Amino acid sequence: MLENIRMSFKGIWSHKMRSFLTMLGIIIGIAAIIAIVSTIKGTNEQIKQNLIGSGNNTVKILLNQGDYQLEIDEYTSVPDGVTQISDETMKKIRKIDHVVSAARYLRRTDYSGYVFYLNNSLSGGSVNGVDLDYFETLDYVIRKGRGFSQKDYDDYNKVAILDEDSVETLFPGEDPIGKTIEINKEPFVVIGIVTSGTTFEPTINSEEDYYTYYQESAGSVYIPSSDWPIVFRFDEPESLVIQVESTDDMTSAGKAAADILNAAISPTDDTVLYKAEDLLEQAKEIQQLSESTNNMLIWIAGISLLVGGIGVMNIMLVTVTERTQEIGLKKAIGAKKNKILGQFLTEAVVLTSLGGIIGVISGIVLAEIISRVADMPVAISGPAAVGAVAFSMVIGIVFGMMPSYKAANLDPIEALRRE
Amino acid sequence: MILSLEHIYKDYVQDKLVVPVLKDINLSVEEGEYVAIMGPSGSGKTTLMNIIGCLDHPTSGEYILDGKSVLGLRDNALSDVRLNSIGFVFQTFQLMPRESALENVCLPLSYAGVKKSEKKERAMKALERVGLKERALFKPTQLSGGQKQRVAIARAMINNPKILLADEPTGALDQKSGEQIMRLFKKLNEEGVTIIMITHDPKIAQNAKKIYYIIDGVISEDEEKARSTAEALEKEEAMEDDFLIENEKSDNEKQEVASDENS
Repeated sequence: MLENIRMSFKGIWSHKMRSFLTMLGIIIGIAAIIAIVSTIKGTNEQIKQNLIGSGNNTVKILLNQGDYQLEIDEYTSVPDGVTQISDETMKKIRKIDHVVSAARYLRRTDYSGYVFYLNNSLSGGSVNGVDLDYFETLDYVIRKGRGFSQKDYDDYNKVAILDEDSVETLFPGEDPIGKTIEINKEPFVVIGIVTSGTTFEPTINSEEDYYTYYQESAGSVYIPSSDWPIVFRFDEPESLVIQVESTDDMTSAGKAAADILNAAISPTDDTVLYKAEDLLEQAKEIQQLSESTNNMLIWIAGISLLVGGIGVMNIMLVTVTERTQEIGLKKAIGAKKNKILGQFLTEAVVLTSLGGIIGVISGIVLAEIISRVADMPVAISGPAAVGAVAFSMVIGIVFGMMPSYKAANLDPIEALRRE
Repeated sequence: MILSLEHIYKDYVQDKLVVPVLKDINLSVEEGEYVAIMGPSGSGKTTLMNIIGCLDHPTSGEYILDGKSVLGLRDNALSDVRLNSIGFVFQTFQLMPRESALENVCLPLSYAGVKKSEKKERAMKALERVGLKERALFKPTQLSGGQKQRVAIARAMINNPKILLADEPTGALDQKSGEQIMRLFKKLNEEGVTIIMITHDPKIAQNAKKIYYIIDGVISEDEEKARSTAEALEKEEAMEDDFLIENEKSDNEKQEVASDENS
């Protein structure tokens, strides 16, 4: 076998130009596929990052009724049998594998003008009653002022923390620290400004992207969850947010947490359930869309491989004819059919594999050029590269079979007679 | 007896025309013999050589090689016979042009499944036997004709076959190189190798211990006998052909008569 490979390289090397031209079809096909796959993967990775955020790895577990998220306000009542999340339940959730931290929170979207500072309203924003662990779980940091303390919770201090968007909405050009805002007619003192710790800007390529990634940009106001009954209702079901170790853990940990929460409630309406907001799933759906269009391109590149394979077959037939005498001699001195078959098959496979390897390298270079010129994200896929080389080997076997079979079945007398 | 051919016939078929090439060949060779088969071109000597070398099948007859009938063996079994029992030497050397002398000599060993380290050692020994140890790494293009033929002989002898088959081994060589090859053959024969050599050159044939003549597909130790038998057979065939043609003619006439009667 090794001997065959060595001989193949010798043969290929002795016809450098011819071998290169033969490989060209394979090179172009493989390079095109690698470039396309890299672009798809790059786009998909970007979608995933945009949706999930980089390094944040948080999953929200929200109460759903049927297919929709259950939002409580003045006009909707809490479903029967749904209780608030107990400290016991929180302990269980924190013990789930790969869960780093967990926090409960309550949220109301400010449609009806809950929050005011003078005449400025936070319409479109949200009011959040949060746990002491909330900011830590979401990797938020206090940029100015201070965060909540245990004392704020124990004493029911009416204090609030704003995010940067709400600062812009409520306090344009003013320092909010120490100022009093009104939340559902109750006064709260602003004690700090919070900002997302991981600076992440989703890449926006189109209007659709904007709506997908910028749903929560109106601004949020945070108050201790112990104050929630003062401004809203005392029995509102909470949502949960957990942080996990890595992006890949999000789905499984989210599901586990939702299961624990569902076990703790006993709603009369059995469509009321906690569900993890599965961003990975959402990402996949968007990715599938981009993949299906690009799969067509892969098919077109596949045609180039087919043409390349036929080229290999053609040149192998020429090689067999050229080396008729050599084949005759080898058979005369005792080579069995399968040895001759093996020799020519190896040569075809070496030829196409070499083409495959050169193709992968050119494909990676091509992908890099695309990313520079067209400003598209690319990610080189290791498995695709290995698969491409393996596939080019298969092409060698398939298209090398016929010429090799012809060589193996040459009549040694006829073959030796030819000068 | 290392090989015996009994009543071997070989016909070639060309466009429905049957051309007999070998006619009732009977030949037996003892182990350690040095036989030359002489004949003009077209006499069927290469065909005979191919049959002895298990490269071609006779139309009919029996061929016993080393005590076993080789007719009816499958391709792979015949490959093994060629690999282990017969060494081939050709007029045009038939060396791989891109491989060194050593690699050329190694070739049959890879088909015999010999280990790499052992291969080189044995090939070097074989080259030593033909006096070309120093040129082991030379390519065929860097060797003279005589040297090339000696490499081919080393290759033929590498698996220690009992029989060395040589088809015009000196045909492409000058006189001096040819003599060198003949000396080598003599040496190999003295070492116990059975040699069957085909040639049209009487001088070369003289090197053998026994000479057979093949004329028009008929073989004999006596040149005159071979010629006369061949001529006799020729006449017989011609008569047969005439007879057939006559028959055909009369058949046609009969048919014509018949068709006339019908109309």
